[in-house]
Amino acid sequence: MARMNMIEAIRSTLAYQLQKDDDVLIFGEDVGYFGGVFRCTDGLQETYGLKRCFDTPISEGGIIGVAIGMAAAGLRPVVEIQFSDYIYPAYDQIASEAARLRYRSNGDFTAPLTIRTPVGGGIYGGETHSQSPEALFTHICGIKSVIPSNPYDAKGLLNTAIETNDPVMFFEPKRLYNGPFDGDPDKPAMSWDSSELGEVPDEEYRIPLGEARTIREGNAITILAYGTMVWVAEAAVRSHGIDAEIIDLRSLIPLDMKTISASVEKTGRCVVVHEATRTSGFGAELAALVQEHCFYSLEAPVQRVTGWDTPYPHALEWHYFPGQARVAAALEQVLEAA
Amino acid sequence: MTKDESDTNSDLYIPEPLHRPGDTPDFSHIHVRRNDNLEQPDVLVDSYETERHAGGLIRVMDMQGVASGPWLPQVTPDILRKGLRAMLLTRLMDDRMFAMQRQGKLSFYLKSRGEEAVSVAQTLAIRKTDMVFPTYRQQGVLIARDYPMKRMMCQCLSNAGDSSLGRQMPTMYSSREYGFFSISGNLGTQFIQSVGWAMASAYKRRDDLAMAYIGDGSTAEGDFHYALNFASTYRAPVVLNIVNNQWAISSFQGIAGGQSKTFASRGLGYGLASLRVDGNDFLAVYAVTRWAAERARRGGGATVIEHYTYRAEGHSSSDDPSKYRPNEEASAWPYGDPIERLKQHLIVIGEWDDARHNALVDDLSTYVRDTYKEAEALGSIAAGTGIDPKTMFEGVYEHMTPTLDEQARVSGVGTWRE
Ligand SMILES: Cc1ncc(C[n+]2csc(CCOP(=O)(O)OP(=O)(O)O)c2C)c(N)n1
Ligand SMILES: [Mg+2]
Repeated sequence: MARMNMIEAIRSTLAYQLQKDDDVLIFGEDVGYFGGVFRCTDGLQETYGLKRCFDTPISEGGIIGVAIGMAAAGLRPVVEIQFSDYIYPAYDQIASEAARLRYRSNGDFTAPLTIRTPVGGGIYGGETHSQSPEALFTHICGIKSVIPSNPYDAKGLLNTAIETNDPVMFFEPKRLYNGPFDGDPDKPAMSWDSSELGEVPDEEYRIPLGEARTIREGNAITILAYGTMVWVAEAAVRSHGIDAEIIDLRSLIPLDMKTISASVEKTGRCVVVHEATRTSGFGAELAALVQEHCFYSLEAPVQRVTGWDTPYPHALEWHYFPGQARVAAALEQVLEAA
Repeated sequence: MTKDESDTNSDLYIPEPLHRPGDTPDFSHIHVRRNDNLEQPDVLVDSYETERHAGGLIRVMDMQGVASGPWLPQVTPDILRKGLRAMLLTRLMDDRMFAMQRQGKLSFYLKSRGEEAVSVAQTLAIRKTDMVFPTYRQQGVLIARDYPMKRMMCQCLSNAGDSSLGRQMPTMYSSREYGFFSISGNLGTQFIQSVGWAMASAYKRRDDLAMAYIGDGSTAEGDFHYALNFASTYRAPVVLNIVNNQWAISSFQGIAGGQSKTFASRGLGYGLASLRVDGNDFLAVYAVTRWAAERARRGGGATVIEHYTYRAEGHSSSDDPSKYRPNEEASAWPYGDPIERLKQHLIVIGEWDDARHNALVDDLSTYVRDTYKEAEALGSIAAGTGIDPKTMFEGVYEHMTPTLDEQARVSGVGTWRE
């Protein structure tokens, strides 16, 4: 058992995959010699060689296009898009190609690739280093979307993602790389050392995609969250002494509807929390599913706590970010509703 | 303020084609020489040594079918007859399928008339183990590789014999077995994917190449530039073909920026060997492809080839080219017809004659007609496809998901649950 932050958990998983399977290749902007701007591939080129982990032109569409060709040829590329804010030039290759290759060729060609990319704000990254575009990918059939909230899950989910024969979006909440974050920027940064989920077993394990993690059990209300917002919600619940059940979805597609339904049927109330902009966000899907599946158990309308429908502002970052106060206010409102 | 009143030379330029409906096509400015004295360089030359090849036009045959010059390929008459046969078969199948589309048996069809030499000669110049990343206009590749025509027809009919279950529009074939990558309707995407395939082949230290196609119009997509850049950076063993058939639906090639510099010359800027070839000259296409394939197999990296040709018919069954170009433009095209030219060459070298040609055409026509009948017996969009609706929900992911299973159940086609 080792104490790891999320970067180390990801890096050790990538190392394991490189060592285990010659068909795994890692590439992206600055990922080779330098080891990635967030250091997730640090040392991999040195250990596994130039051809296993290398730099690419600054060309997101090119990176994904090349990865699809490689994957179709039998390799298992794991590519990094430096910030998810830069993924849009690759959107056509992801949405029209990777996601549909299996279907349109009836399994003749497939694209087993993993796309790692940091998401989320809280690092003063402004509008171009802070976005959470997961809903643009969950809307596309044929790809899976995964988002870990801690080092333990990052390792187990990444192993599964790489070994999956479908294309997988692997979103990494960059605010959680070095420690859990409760949404309060004025507090000193926490490290994963103090968290149980920063304990990462040495042996390899896999977490199936589509199994949520119940972060905290409770009876009064269900919170559906993922990524950074898991820890913001957790802090809000703790400080307000709310008997909430917090479900960390971990994987958005496929989605663990069983766990969600069971919880909402128990509590009768539900708040959905995400950092991404509100309109047509994944929260809309969650709210719709909850009312489809659990309408007769609901005692109050489902509420969403989200980023606002604005670009992620630089100076006003903490006005945008759906922090503890906004989460707590929504919880109280839903709890008070008759 | 109009230009006349102002003292500026600034004015917005919008390129226009040479001819529009009503004009008499005139290509006399195109100087049809046998070749531009473009020598055949060593396959491992530095890319800049191909500068004249990218700006000129590599030709082997003159318009009387006489072949000569530095690019004259070593190719047996048997291979040339195989090429002629495959081109004829491609054209006959195209004609048949187009007619069937007009009868409502197919939703759509797309011909490659005038461009058959490109796909057929190239296919015969590479190995069966090389992976082709085609557009919708390279049906000749499958035919040259002896893919069962009935399966192609079943794909076009979207019937029970379609190996991809009617999921794609007609002509969007896929066959890993025959080295034919699944065609995408999104233009250009295959170009950069082919580079990834080639990189994988190199990584595995295999000898196989990738060979990709893109239309003149689609070179304006980012994928074209990604492909040239990545192919150059990683010296990928790939042949990158631009089929300049002068038109992209109704837009002439100048709209894609083809007016001031040849499409081939774009490769030079990326440090790639770049050749421009008479795409209606079977022998020249064969020769440049052999050269590019050998360069790639010997570690010289990618070659860009522009095939200078002409789309002799409408873009597709949905198009009416008389709305935007003169009907006579195709026959006025100074580089002739690829089938006629190869036939003529074979006659000139004493390996063919009109009687054999006519007999072959009759033979192939019967074959196409009979094969079509067999294919149509398996269903069509018009008569019912025989495709199980349950298959619609399969293959989105490797395994059935609860969400899709539920949607299938609600739609009434069934469930995968016990
Ligand atoms: C990304 C994309 N944009 C537009 C289209 C619509 N479209 C289909 S074919 C075509 C023209 C393509 O011309 P060109 O690349 O020259 O190929 P050609 O048809 O001449 O073989 C267009 C605009 C498309 N299929 N995909
Ligand atoms: Mg064209």
